[in-house]
Amino acid sequence: MKHKVAVTVNGRKHEHEVEPRLLLVHHLRDNLGLTGTHIGCDTSQCGACTILVDGKAVKSCTMFAVQAEGKSLTTIEGMAKDGELHPIQQAFWDEHGLQCGYCTPGFIMAAAYLLSQNPNPTEDEIRRGLEGNLCRCTGYVNIIKAVKSAAQTMSTAPARKTTVAAGGN
Amino acid sequence: MAVTQLVGAKIHRREDPRLITGHGHYIDDFTRTGTAYAAFVRSPLAHARVKSIDVTDASKAPGVVGVYTARDFKGQLAGTHPAAPAFVAEKKYVPERFPIAEKEVCYQGEIVAAVLAETKGQAADAANMIQVDYDELPAVMDLEKALDAKSPKAHEGAADNVCWDLAYTGPEVTEAAFKEADVVVKQRILQNRLAPVPMEPRGVMAEYETYDKKLTIWMSSQNPHFIRLFVSGSMGLKESQVRVISPDVGGGFGSKISPYPEDYLVPALSRMTERPVKWIETRTESIQNATHGRGQFYEVEVAAKKDGTLLGMRMTQYLDVGAYAGTFSAFQACACLMAGGAYKWKGISARTIGILTNRVPTDPYRGAGRPEATHLVERMVDLVADELKMDPVEVRRKNFIQPNEFPFTQNFGLVVDSGDYEKALDRALEMAGYQDLRRKQADMRKQGRYLGIGISTWIELCGFGPSAATAPATGGIALVESAQVRVTPTGSVIVYTGTHSHGQGHETTFGQIVADQLGVPLENIELRHGDTAEGTAFGYGTYGSRSLAVGGVAVSKAVGKVIDKGKKLAAHMLEAAEEDVVFEHGSFHVKGSPDKSKAFGEVAFASYGMSLPQGMEQGLEAVAYFDPPNLVWPFGAHIAVVEVDPETGHVELQKYVAVDDCGNIINPMIVDGQLHGGVAQSIAQALYEEVVYDDETGQLKTGTLLDYNIPGIGEIPAMDLDHTVTPSPTNDLGVKGIGEAGTIAATASVINAVVDALSPLGIKHVDMPASPDRLWKMIKEARN
Repeated sequence: MKHKVAVTVNGRKHEHEVEPRLLLVHHLRDNLGLTGTHIGCDTSQCGACTILVDGKAVKSCTMFAVQAEGKSLTTIEGMAKDGELHPIQQAFWDEHGLQCGYCTPGFIMAAAYLLSQNPNPTEDEIRRGLEGNLCRCTGYVNIIKAVKSAAQTMSTAPARKTTVAAGGN
Repeated sequence: MAVTQLVGAKIHRREDPRLITGHGHYIDDFTRTGTAYAAFVRSPLAHARVKSIDVTDASKAPGVVGVYTARDFKGQLAGTHPAAPAFVAEKKYVPERFPIAEKEVCYQGEIVAAVLAETKGQAADAANMIQVDYDELPAVMDLEKALDAKSPKAHEGAADNVCWDLAYTGPEVTEAAFKEADVVVKQRILQNRLAPVPMEPRGVMAEYETYDKKLTIWMSSQNPHFIRLFVSGSMGLKESQVRVISPDVGGGFGSKISPYPEDYLVPALSRMTERPVKWIETRTESIQNATHGRGQFYEVEVAAKKDGTLLGMRMTQYLDVGAYAGTFSAFQACACLMAGGAYKWKGISARTIGILTNRVPTDPYRGAGRPEATHLVERMVDLVADELKMDPVEVRRKNFIQPNEFPFTQNFGLVVDSGDYEKALDRALEMAGYQDLRRKQADMRKQGRYLGIGISTWIELCGFGPSAATAPATGGIALVESAQVRVTPTGSVIVYTGTHSHGQGHETTFGQIVADQLGVPLENIELRHGDTAEGTAFGYGTYGSRSLAVGGVAVSKAVGKVIDKGKKLAAHMLEAAEEDVVFEHGSFHVKGSPDKSKAFGEVAFASYGMSLPQGMEQGLEAVAYFDPPNLVWPFGAHIAVVEVDPETGHVELQKYVAVDDCGNIINPMIVDGQLHGGVAQSIAQALYEEVVYDDETGQLKTGTLLDYNIPGIGEIPAMDLDHTVTPSPTNDLGVKGIGEAGTIAATASVINAVVDALSPLGIKHVDMPASPDRLWKMIKEARN
């Protein structure tokens, strides 16, 4: 039996009939065509599928699509606006915070939530804030640098910061 | 035209905009209309006879297109899994391997059946309905017991479990060296089995076009041209009928070099059903089936004089091949050839034994043989220092190959191209504040605290070719590299390389080389790779830190050919003699009259026109192959500082200093990034990761990221990096490799630091991973 699910993703409303067992990450990728959200494990360790659900970082493999009914989601595709990169994206680029890029969308979304809660985190707070995400390429060194640099940029450009905290639209 | 100097500069990566916005194209992002989804049924047992497979229920399940077992593939696929002889000239026993098991399964995870269905969920559901009846056989798990004549065999009916057994050098010189010894130190050193765990698992999608007889394969691969070679051969197709596309790849680390069973089965399923077929590996399938690395132990003895002079080494490598010979598994035996490290020895005797077990096969994993060699020699040097009560720094200094001795022919006849080992060590000691650290350590010991300082003065060989060395080792194909440079009429440049980037940033660094050479802006240059239908006729892939030192040099040579043709044409246009034309900063001009010039773009446009010199063909493009005359030899010095908590066995990695030398640097940001990641993967081996199978049953106990402990952001420390630059004389760019350096260097520095910390307890060696559990037990035992 299929269930109707209506979600707002990156500001656009989508309605689909889905199997109740369908994971939110599969709904995003297979039904909505938003393939920027990646799958890296079967056990919710890697965080590659992290998105924002009503402004909070959630591993989208830990939710069924039907549980997202009526919620507002932001995925990596919703971060850049009008061709302009989000400061966190820009910082990952500037600081070489990615290599193969597979974990990157998850890290950027987790960092967006972290900075919405703590606009000026210490290195230790960044490490604790991003402990749900795994990267195999960077040794995390430049990811930490990128998040620090993004925090600095965003503290001088508050408009972008509130966009993320509100879940983006 | 502006003068560009991009080589050596921090240039933002050109691949990043798509990757940071969610617009990369990884294998699971591709789907074809009409795709059927594959799921595989895998053996839950390490070793068993397959008695029967009942597919009745699965065949009737909703959405099922078909259920397939070994006999369905018999007419589709031919031959056995390719296994390159590599450094092992004589192979004793290479078990036959068909991509799907029929009568016997030899590791947990081996495929016995395949299901195709309309959706991924339906395929997985139906796979669970297939009933396989097995007769369990004893599993061969222990490397030493496996060598006993009475041991069960990893393959029923085999004569023994020995895949290879080879001695590299005659013992005479080594035995003479041992006769001069004042001290001999011995150690057994384990190399924990590791799962590569690229964040993107593998995946294959194939579409066979029945009427065109053309096959397209999309897959996550480091090596698309090799896959085309192997899969076309097995399927009875010509290479020209097969196109392999390896798009953005989410990390490889060696696990995406060799072909896998699914690489054959998915295309065969597409040909059988006349539909596109897609399969994406789960993480558990990945840890269970993607080739592992390391999985070895070593027996080592080192002879030295009492002043610290190293004399000789005897070593034997016991290597867990797994259930089948991996395509490049024998390459891991290069640990023997590199066992001497950065030092001079009178003699080294090395023997490698490849042993078949009922585990998933091993194959190259980041570093492949060279991390093992570094770990071994750097541990042994520390044991010598400990035995002689010398500072480990002094033993290293005393034995280094000296700068004026390069090119240096080492014990196995390999020629080390260049180096200045002491310079890198001095810089690392200065950055770490070595003398202060030793004082601090003495103070802390008085307070009952365990601070340790570990050093690794590592070297590696990389950049494969050269052809003379690699063709015999790969079964005929010499590892050279190809490049094609095509200039369009409006002067934009398309560069094709046979290497493959999956995080290394070739689109950026190769572009930097071309931009400087041609004097055109980076924006005008496009790098293409990963599609066998585009550009070079054959590519040799990315592994062994070879892309820049071989592929980058090939690109540079092809650009050189383009400039040569441009000179001929420019001379014609300028009405000057060719030898009077020089090319500088993107323009051709007559020697001594820079005003009499033609810009690169003008010459490109003219090359497609009608006013060419007599006999010249239209167009401006060139192909080049680079066969390096030697390997390249990066090196460096790493220092780790740890404190071990004796109550919990926890290791706190307090400081990490690395000074590395990869010759000339194209993009320092990318070099440092490669080091960060490499060091992190090596720290992972030293402290965290190990693939664990049950010793008796062969059940994999670390099959998810819950149990296989890859370090997170809280576990990897900040790193303090610097470089020395000793250009390689082996190629025109003076470059070496950097992709594996960190992984090769760091286990030794970390473990040497842990042992140094615990040395007041009389502990002389610690195996990996130096987990709290292992250390707590060792500390408890030492204190009793």
